Amino acid sequence: MAILTRELRASYAFVERNFNLTKRYWGWEVAFLVYSVAGALAVALIGQSQNDQVLLLTLVVGAIFWNYLSILFSFIAETVAWERWEGTLEYTFMAPIRRWTHMLGSTIFAVTYGLSHTVVMLVVLALFFDLDLAQADLVTAGVFMVLGSFSFIGIGIMTAILPLMYVERGAQMTFVLQSVLLLISGVYYSVEILPEWMQFLSNFSPATYVLDAVREGLINGTSVGALLHDVWPLLIMAVVFIPVGLWAFGRAERYAKRTGRLKRVG
Amino acid sequence: MQTGISPQEKTVTDERPTATVETPQTVLPEPMLPLAVMAEHVSKRFHVGRKKRPVVAINDVSIQIERNEIYGILGANGSGKSTLIRLFSTLLTLDTGRVEIFGHDIERDEMAVKRLINRVSVDAAFFKKLSPFENLIYAARLYGMDAKLARVEAIRILARLGISEKRLSRPLEQMSRGMQQKVAIARALLTSPILLLLDEPTTGLDPRSKLDVQTFIEDVRDNHDATIVLTTHDLDEAERLCRRIAILNDGRIVAEDTPAGLMAMVAAEHGQPPTMESVFMTFTGRSLDDDVEEKEPEEDE
Repeated sequence: MAILTRELRASYAFVERNFNLTKRYWGWEVAFLVYSVAGALAVALIGQSQNDQVLLLTLVVGAIFWNYLSILFSFIAETVAWERWEGTLEYTFMAPIRRWTHMLGSTIFAVTYGLSHTVVMLVVLALFFDLDLAQADLVTAGVFMVLGSFSFIGIGIMTAILPLMYVERGAQMTFVLQSVLLLISGVYYSVEILPEWMQFLSNFSPATYVLDAVREGLINGTSVGALLHDVWPLLIMAVVFIPVGLWAFGRAERYAKRTGRLKRVG
Repeated sequence: MQTGISPQEKTVTDERPTATVETPQTVLPEPMLPLAVMAEHVSKRFHVGRKKRPVVAINDVSIQIERNEIYGILGANGSGKSTLIRLFSTLLTLDTGRVEIFGHDIERDEMAVKRLINRVSVDAAFFKKLSPFENLIYAARLYGMDAKLARVEAIRILARLGISEKRLSRPLEQMSRGMQQKVAIARALLTSPILLLLDEPTTGLDPRSKLDVQTFIEDVRDNHDATIVLTTHDLDEAERLCRRIAILNDGRIVAEDTPAGLMAMVAAEHGQPPTMESVFMTFTGRSLDDDVEEKEPEEDE
């Protein structure tokens, strides 16, 4: 029990630290939020211009939920990169904490931050477009956000290895991976329009299933029970990606300690 | 008592003399408790490029450090001081050899070792946008400390280092380098480590800040159950603070004794004036100002 308390206290250290950093960088946070909202509005206006409510909702869902998933992904994936920039990486890795404690703290903050962003975007877009969500099944949207979060956390942890192993290029690789996920997951279009090889890749992106299910729920009012074909891939990814991510992170940490890569700043 | 000189090192391998340590000051009684640090034949190499030979950063180093001792490691830039500190801090893995911290093997009992140690590096690495309080409470939580207690302790430690409470809520980036280093020392001491690894803590500080930090280190030695390993460029600092000093050159310990013992040795055996500068020059063949290129692993191999 004492060990668990200590580890949870350490997890909270990451939450509190990131919250404090967000406060100190509040100007950038506002700018980032405005940029995200403006980007989502610009994309959704394409649907408005076509006078097509279904297209409008498809784009709105894509913009909002991709924003959430990408925040979650990048906050976790860049955990190591940020500390490299600040020069604090060695101190964090020297602290007597388990790596899951570290990742749990980063994840809790990322989820909280991502949800706050998403709520603001949802409210602004709903008011701007006067969205009709009378038919929407909000439970479906919520369930798939939670399910998708787990698998994105797993991918984020696996991707966080890159800045640990590759001092400068790691952060760039993270960004490239995020862009590929955006391309193949059908964020603003159906994956069916992609070339076959990209459709094959889309099967491995949790965002594909999250966006498909959330659209079904919000546009057609489909319940979770009718979307089991989207549930099980997300469950499998969550169960596989998180432990594999933590294991791989441990291996990468060992490699970094062997080759002296914790020392260098990006 | 074993010295830091391995049998191989007693054989002179180059033109420079190698010390044999026989001075009475270093003979200590058989310890009842584990040594603070026990390193045996430790080596560490880095690959600096695909087509280049690995660089030997630490070469067969053996050290024994007693509890409550301030142990100095002197060496020019690139001699391996920081690598040795990183090995003791669990930030690097050993290629060969064994290190125990208070009886805990650093590879097998890594978590136990981490709870006993803390480190101050030459650069005060912080989240510079955050205040000293925010940085210190973050660090304290990582070590399982209660935030309220950490706050009280931080105020107490920083007051001893000459920083008042009212300065602790502003971003660290607004503080001078000397003040940031004092906050770094407070961060290390906040977690009550029994082994404090100080890696050039006074390098680049103004004379006043340097004196404050040195006085504080003496205070920690006198009033806390802490063992201190101090790497430094400053010969006077080493002489003033350290009970024993090891001189590191090209990753090898080439001499180890008390400051008085080392000075007496160069005077008696090499006819040099009994100063720490002579000691350093005699055993390394260069002055502290000589820079050796720091070896880094190749970027993103």
